[in-house]
Amino acid sequence: MIGIIDYAMGNLRSVQKAFEHVGAQAVILSSATQVSDVDKLVLPGVGAFADGMSHLRSGGWVEAIRGYIGGGKPFLGICLGLELLFDGSQEDAGDGELVEGLGVLPGPVVRFSNDAPDGSRLKVPHMGWNTIEWQRDDPLLRGLSQGDAVYFVHSYYAQPTVTDQAPVISATADYGIQFCASVWRENVWATQFHPEKSQRVGLNILRNFVSI
Amino acid sequence: MLTHRIIPCLDVNAGRVVKGVHFVDLKDAGDPVEIARQYDKAGADELVFLDITASHENRDIMLEVVRSVAEQCFMPFTVGGGIRTIDDVTRLVQAGAEKVSINTAAVVNPDIVQQTSRRFGRCATVVNIDPKRVVRDGKTVFEVYTHGGRRATGLNAVDWAKRVVQLGAGEIVLTSMDADGTQNGYDLEMTAAVAEAVDVPVVASGGCGCPEHIRQVLTQTKADAALAASIFHYDQYTIEQAKQYLQEHGIPVRLAA
Repeated sequence: MIGIIDYAMGNLRSVQKAFEHVGAQAVILSSATQVSDVDKLVLPGVGAFADGMSHLRSGGWVEAIRGYIGGGKPFLGICLGLELLFDGSQEDAGDGELVEGLGVLPGPVVRFSNDAPDGSRLKVPHMGWNTIEWQRDDPLLRGLSQGDAVYFVHSYYAQPTVTDQAPVISATADYGIQFCASVWRENVWATQFHPEKSQRVGLNILRNFVSI
Repeated sequence: MLTHRIIPCLDVNAGRVVKGVHFVDLKDAGDPVEIARQYDKAGADELVFLDITASHENRDIMLEVVRSVAEQCFMPFTVGGGIRTIDDVTRLVQAGAEKVSINTAAVVNPDIVQQTSRRFGRCATVVNIDPKRVVRDGKTVFEVYTHGGRRATGLNAVDWAKRVVQLGAGEIVLTSMDADGTQNGYDLEMTAAVAEAVDVPVVASGGCGCPEHIRQVLTQTKADAALAASIFHYDQYTIEQAKQYLQEHGIPVRLAA
């Protein structure tokens, strides 16, 4: 049974239905105590980082999520759900500061610059189907081809701190710069894109998560 | 690499898909959920549903449509038309709309753009702008119209686009009232002016009659995506044919495997 965290950050039905479409059972969890009932946990979400954290805190989800991940069961973050896993985000933060995140993965979440390194102007939000290149043999991305396109809609992206012992990035995408499209460390997976909106490729990814 | 989106637009009246020529003479083209499912299979990059239902009582039907589409189609879609208040926005998002598109209400009450953006994020906040070419003092200007092209606002499209981005819009759908329904091509000059002026994605709309029109608007302006209706609805071209054509002309698109 897959549990989808309901922390008042957008509609969760499409994520639930997408899991059901690939043959999994998925329930929406309204209380943090329910995480012990599920074999896999999903943190979806759209909206602002600070709102997301504040809803996670008030619902008692912060400790529940950390405990769940610590227990070694598979966890999947989607979009804002990826960003929240990191140390903090520049979104709505003061200059040089970060709004604190879950701190499960190391590094900040930063905003796309409108100025690309090659001097061109970039539209932000980054919106649409972008090709991804996987960097490791990640079980979540199995069956994908290099250059498959997935659906993104976001203005911020994670910059995982590179450490020797544990790689974090599993796939990158190019939008003026190379940025982190998905992460995998031990039992934690997350995608900056929306697999539940990415048609065939996205459903393949969700199917992979189900069979992990 | 980010690909250019090709977006079929579905006009929905009382739960049924219709397509207007210059927003009149409506023709029934079917069941929105069924059509959405077909476009999902055909490889459309996104769908736009425009609720053109006049009576307020019938608006709940649209929520039902949105709910069904969200549960059966695993692709992005935007819902617009008739949104007046933040409560309308909230109901659509709760029904499963990923982005909502605000048109007349943004002009009447710009606060709604700000509220939507604050509550659901810039990424979910789309503003529709419907300009018409008008001649003032011997000069052509792009004047914003509301109420389905019936009411002039006095606003200049470029200035208005900049303003709604300041208010929190994350995307602009720009529909030329002159070109809409003609199938003679997008208004390239107007699209270029608006897409150059803002740093959020712009979806070109109105006038698409063939894949070449899409090529023109994606190469001659900074539009990020192209919206079309009739050419896809009436099977003049499939999405795949349009994308093949664009790819052959060096435009990055997502082709179904």
